[in-house]
Amino acid sequence: MAQTYHTTVGSRRYRFNGLAELMAKATPPRSGDRLAGVIAESAEERVVAQMVLAELPLTTFLNDVLIPYEQDEITRLIIDDHDTNAFAPLRHLTVGDFRNWLLSDHATSDVLAAVRAGITPEMAAAVSKLMRNQDLMLVAKKCQVTTAFRNTIGLPGRLSTRLQPNHPTDDVTGIAASILDGLLYGSGDAVIGINPATDNVAQSVKLMRLMDDVIQKYEIPTQSCVLTHVTNTLEAIEQGAPVDLVFQSIGGTEATNRSFGFDLSTLAEAEAAAQTLNRGTVGRNVMYFETGQGSSLSADAHHGLDQQTCEARAYAVARKFNPLLVNTVVGFIGPEYLYDGKEITRAGLEDHFCGKLLGVPMGCDVCYTNHASADQNDMDNLLTLLGVAGCSFVMGIPGSDDIMLNYQTTSFHDALYARRVLGLKAAPEFEEWLAKMQIFQDVSAYRLNDQLPAAFANSLRHLPKEPSRDA
Amino acid sequence: MTPDNRAKALSPTIVIENPWERLRAFTDARIGLGRAGVSLPTKQLLAFQLAHAQAQDAVHCPLECDALASELIETLSLSVPPIRLHSQAEDRAMYLQRPDYGRRLSDGSRQQLQQATESGQRFDLAVVIVDGLSALAVQQNSAPFLTALHRAFAHDQNEWQLAPLTVVEQGRVAIGDEVGALLNADAVLVMIGERPGLSSPDSLGLYMTWAPEVGLKDDRRNCISNVRPAGLKPEEAARRLLLLLAEARQRKLSGVQLKDRSEDSVLEGAAGGSTQNFLVAD
Repeated sequence: MAQTYHTTVGSRRYRFNGLAELMAKATPPRSGDRLAGVIAESAEERVVAQMVLAELPLTTFLNDVLIPYEQDEITRLIIDDHDTNAFAPLRHLTVGDFRNWLLSDHATSDVLAAVRAGITPEMAAAVSKLMRNQDLMLVAKKCQVTTAFRNTIGLPGRLSTRLQPNHPTDDVTGIAASILDGLLYGSGDAVIGINPATDNVAQSVKLMRLMDDVIQKYEIPTQSCVLTHVTNTLEAIEQGAPVDLVFQSIGGTEATNRSFGFDLSTLAEAEAAAQTLNRGTVGRNVMYFETGQGSSLSADAHHGLDQQTCEARAYAVARKFNPLLVNTVVGFIGPEYLYDGKEITRAGLEDHFCGKLLGVPMGCDVCYTNHASADQNDMDNLLTLLGVAGCSFVMGIPGSDDIMLNYQTTSFHDALYARRVLGLKAAPEFEEWLAKMQIFQDVSAYRLNDQLPAAFANSLRHLPKEPSRDA
Repeated sequence: MTPDNRAKALSPTIVIENPWERLRAFTDARIGLGRAGVSLPTKQLLAFQLAHAQAQDAVHCPLECDALASELIETLSLSVPPIRLHSQAEDRAMYLQRPDYGRRLSDGSRQQLQQATESGQRFDLAVVIVDGLSALAVQQNSAPFLTALHRAFAHDQNEWQLAPLTVVEQGRVAIGDEVGALLNADAVLVMIGERPGLSSPDSLGLYMTWAPEVGLKDDRRNCISNVRPAGLKPEEAARRLLLLLAEARQRKLSGVQLKDRSEDSVLEGAAGGSTQNFLVAD
């Protein structure tokens, strides 16, 4: 039943069996697609696939679904929620035309927002495969996605950060120390978010209380999140825990999400439960999702699709539940999916573009593991490129070193570099707080206070004499 | 005043130090690093680069099998040397890109094991040492951990019949399933070098599987992580492992259905504990 696509280049005839194969072979090279056996067999075959893909009408993606409607609730979500009216201005375009249209002066921020609900993840993935890095940045920057809870994320000229104070044993003093360090470097407006070392309900509730106490005491216009399983957070809500944001890792196929232990109805339940708490002050976006290319292949749930197309489908899941933040953890999964700095960079820009085009508040964990062929220079490059592209938020961690998850991500210093070099600011409510607390000497000139701000100097006097951590 | 101090006194402060640097006594996180403008001071930059270099070296440094074998023969008083095996991943580059190759034995290694077990004898446990992502971890922690484990076995009420010790190069966790099955072992213990962190390039992971066979998924394994001098001590790791093994043997299963009870008391204590800390003290 799958349509086959043919073309001839010189004396060579190329044949692609079905849309999934065509999209996979049109994808810029990466190790995960090689591992899955779906990668183009030659550089020429890749470009030929891109040429064939460029000729396809966008309507193809509404008729030739990559994973059968009956088998996959995400396919059903994509098809059932497709907005025909929003799609009307794009209906006549091919994938190649779509690239031209996105880059054209017709596609303003307002127009892009208006057609959003008419674009499917597969259309976004397809056009991204034809785009150069500069195209991905230029169009993403035009896509405005603004969300809010206790502050406003994603406004033009802003770059927010998640303060990530992880600790290998969830030691409260250790976590508090990293929170303090982050706040004093101006980090934490996207969220203060902890990956718990011990992943159960009791531990999560404890960490939620810890962060809630800090946010209340210093009246910080931000939100907290414990990155535990959605079902744990639901239990925490039932127990009366102070839940700001509900976290879940999501993937782009139903089977991926089942392997993560949830389905769409779980997320709907979680969003509704968190909203009843009414803890936001300037908005009601209560979900925090993380994604990353390779998760479906890793769960053996990719249905023969390339990893970037699977990833884009995850954004259909995300946008259904009105998240405050969506974070592509781009280099965490390892070199079998994204081999080196070049592949990580490309994937980060693709994910940010596809997310923003689909209307998702996209941030990026600019990161790598020690077995990937990448280093701090690669991270500097991607961070800068994402800042240029209008990325909503990045991570902030002490000295780039996550001592719990054992990988490297962007530091508090890195975020300040990006803000300084690109003229970007924190979320407005948070920026005001940074000035009020005298964390910055001059917020608009990006000058930190050389002295310890009074409120925090006072806290340091309460420091225990003896370290509480295990020897 | 020395000329050096005079120069310092006259020039503006270039590197701003953080008065909360002393919080580093409470965490290994790289807090209170100070700054030059908003950037890392040179000293901290280079400290990071050194840690990253060490972690990368740990990934790429090959396992010194001969040295490890002699050390194990001596410290454990082994009567036969460990059997040396290799996965289907020929080298590190292939290993990093093809996890599937790292999960299966090379043809030569499989035949070697088949010949070694022709008698058909069954064992209670096969211990498989695998380089994984840090040969350093394996090199450094294998002998201390196995010494502690043998001691724990000697004091246990059950008798533990151990299969010949094996050492696998370019292997991943799941390769233990194939080794354990070929050795006719009821359970397999994989000791593997974990993905090196910047602060922990030498961390050994322990994975236990009941009834090993090719194709098992992670949900059938139990893991004890972070065995290293600055992490979980070998004696404590051996104690926890023996609890898991004893329960696996009794219930004839492993993985998610077999909860690691050894940590229960710790967890309850930690989870029920206070959230009081200096940031919110009155």
